[in-house]
Amino acid sequence: MRTVPALACVLAALLVAGPLMPSWLVFLLTVAIAKGLVVLGLVVMMRAGLVSFGQGLYYGLGAYAAGLAANRLGVGDAIALVAIGGSVSALLGYLLGFMMARYREIFFAMLSLALSMILYGTLVRSAALGSTDGFNLPPPSFLGFAFDAQDGRILVYALTVVVAIGTAMALHRFVSSPAGVIGQAIQANEIRVEYLGASVAGVLHLTYVVGAAAAGVGGALIAIAAGHIDPDLAYWTTSGEFVFVAVLSGTGHVAAPLLGMAVFEAIRSFAFQYSPYTWQMAVGLSMLAVILFLPAGLWSLFTRRRRPGSAG
Amino acid sequence: MQKIYAILVDGTVYFSWLFIVSMGLTLTYGVMKILNIAHGSFYALGAYAAASAVGAWFAGNLPAAGSFVLLVLAGIVVGGGAGLIVERGLLRPMYGRDEIVLVLVTYAAFLVIEDLIKLVWGVDPYFAYQPYNLLGRTSIGGIDFAVYDLGLFALAVVIGVATWWALERTRSGKMLRAVIHDREIATAMGIDVARVFTATFVIGATLGALGGAITAPAISVVPGIGVDVIVLAFAVSVIGGLGSVAGAAVGALVVGLARACAVHFLPEVELFVIYGVMAVVLAVRPQGLFGRLAARKI
Amino acid sequence: MSAPLIETRGLSKSFGAVVAADNLTVAIAAGETVGVIGANGAGKTTFVNMVSGYLKPDEGVVLFRGADITRMPPRAVTRLGIRRSFQVAQLFPNLSVRDNVFVALACAEHGRPRPTAVLRTPERRAQADAILARFGIAAFADRPPTQLPQGQRKLLDIVLAMVGQAAVLLLDEPTSGISAEEKFPLMDLVMEAVGAEGATALFVEHDMEVVERYAARVIAFYEGRVIADGLPAAVLADADVRRYVVGAELHRRADATRA
Repeated sequence: MRTVPALACVLAALLVAGPLMPSWLVFLLTVAIAKGLVVLGLVVMMRAGLVSFGQGLYYGLGAYAAGLAANRLGVGDAIALVAIGGSVSALLGYLLGFMMARYREIFFAMLSLALSMILYGTLVRSAALGSTDGFNLPPPSFLGFAFDAQDGRILVYALTVVVAIGTAMALHRFVSSPAGVIGQAIQANEIRVEYLGASVAGVLHLTYVVGAAAAGVGGALIAIAAGHIDPDLAYWTTSGEFVFVAVLSGTGHVAAPLLGMAVFEAIRSFAFQYSPYTWQMAVGLSMLAVILFLPAGLWSLFTRRRRPGSAG
Repeated sequence: MQKIYAILVDGTVYFSWLFIVSMGLTLTYGVMKILNIAHGSFYALGAYAAASAVGAWFAGNLPAAGSFVLLVLAGIVVGGGAGLIVERGLLRPMYGRDEIVLVLVTYAAFLVIEDLIKLVWGVDPYFAYQPYNLLGRTSIGGIDFAVYDLGLFALAVVIGVATWWALERTRSGKMLRAVIHDREIATAMGIDVARVFTATFVIGATLGALGGAITAPAISVVPGIGVDVIVLAFAVSVIGGLGSVAGAAVGALVVGLARACAVHFLPEVELFVIYGVMAVVLAVRPQGLFGRLAARKI
Repeated sequence: MSAPLIETRGLSKSFGAVVAADNLTVAIAAGETVGVIGANGAGKTTFVNMVSGYLKPDEGVVLFRGADITRMPPRAVTRLGIRRSFQVAQLFPNLSVRDNVFVALACAEHGRPRPTAVLRTPERRAQADAILARFGIAAFADRPPTQLPQGQRKLLDIVLAMVGQAAVLLLDEPTSGISAEEKFPLMDLVMEAVGAEGATALFVEHDMEVVERYAARVIAFYEGRVIADGLPAAVLADADVRRYVVGAELHRRADATRA
């Protein structure tokens, strides 16, 4: 089945199933899909060779932007908050992109890490923003209407699912666009792309902004879903988690990161529930299992044949 | 004037700690091109092992002076053992894979060890303050300092010189440097790179654990102390140039002084001054102060 | 005589103590086919790198249609129509052969690639397949370039350079690493396409038979200087060329046939 119709089916299924699912599952999926969106942006970046160890920068920024808009500017609408989070992150990504697009491989990774930790340090030191405790968001409204807690949760879930899958469809288009495929070419042989007449910096800058925007949207969605934000969103372990889910999901399909994150969150939640002192070990062991047995990533469970150079 | 003294001494103490803690990481990266995220776990293991050992030592009313040796021993034993297990058991089977996969393997190891620590030692804090207090306090330029902290500086110098000597003057050290410089050619020259890898990783882990062990008396040893260390050590290594021990020393010095200045003049930036320095170095000289840029391709 | 299409004046480049280019003044007219010969280290690739914008000379200028392009980066030089192939084929091993051509087509269309259009349209696919068929590598269209035999890899490298309108084609050792029987067929294909487009070609070569057969003019390099420039027969008979270039080639060819 072609990707876009398949995604549309998944979207419909998730929306229909939403009201039928228990509350904890709705929340789990909301968080997983919001974070999966961040991973999706990261995977698109990684296809162009930009392995960012600092997506927490845009994730945290998007969350705090949404949070501040809700608390200080009185913006109540969920869709507006998501738009604000995404836009602020996209803007910073655009500005930083001029510098970041000049770096490759480990230098890019390290610089992105450094920038995210600078944000973390700033947030922790900022008493006005709640320091390490962060702050809470009021429940959002939707298109002018307020809802009670349970309906609100379903609506946030629905919003998350729509935004994430919509973004997945858009990014599916992106990776098969000239910019997307040339991004892959850049990862393999940057000099050759320059010698074919295309701007490597231009494509990488664009790809970087895409990753930043996705992370910002994911952060805003998390802020709304959890009703709370704190500096840990920008900490290196959060960024590391995104990288790790990205690598383990594989690049086989644009939906893979969403699925990968769902699996990861499921493992984490259940592991934490049953054994709060060993959930990290459970996650670590699961990681090792995937690395060992599924070298092409989680998605390869669904694909039997791997064609060289096939786009996601 | 007092402030200058305070900054210098603070900076020196912090430099010593950073240097000891970062050396293992930069060496491991230089030789194996792997960013060892489990380095933080080795640090934590060293701290816990040292805290337990020292606790038992003093509970047994054994001579106080021995506790210092015990600290170092605990770090070496735990670091060496854990390093060997991780390298042989987890990394070695994965060597053909993409570098980022190896980083993820070390991340998985980090997660597993973090919880193993909780299982073995529990979540309550451990204290091993006796060695720290034993050495008492002293005064430099009117500022009051713990002698233990100053002793760290001596230890950093010793370790630095020993490492320099080992790398420059011994045959094994030269082989290590050869592998750092060009792994393929080193293999072609007959160097057993697999053994160099194991040795390097174990040394790196030992240094990390040693860092934790000697820090234990100065802190409360709780779960999660390794998490911050990883990224700090990484920042220092990047600033100095990954793979360069001299770079780690200079990087630690720069960061130590920068942080000391921040603490005394502008505390708000204390937490991220190190990353700011890292970002500036990366922007201006990405290979670090002592690093080499890769050669041209066509 | 009409103005040269592409020329260098006083081009010099040193790498530390090594003089790679020493006051190179070369003028090439539109439509010429020029062979560049010289022993290893004579400065041929450095010359190509400077003309194509990869290296900046210490002194001298590169002119294209009279305009100074010396400081231009490779991308700008390429977009002017000066395109090059490489000694070691520079391909995209993570994409299929057809995708490699798609990338070249996309780069030729827009210097700033679009993020919203679809790359692999039926029209572009027909274009790509036609290109692959013309050069005889259509059978490998869906495979990665790593599965191509060496001759086809170099050919693909040249094909990528020729996608889009090439005014000047710089080929760096197009037949190196290829067996003797494959050299002429490859050059036949390339030169026929060059002629069909009316492009100007300059190729660096070590194989004198290839040079004699396809070059209308030969320039010989030695230690960063031009030591001979003219018709192939004349240059190859030149005493200095024999001593510093061809002599070395004869030995190499003798060794190659023995091996």
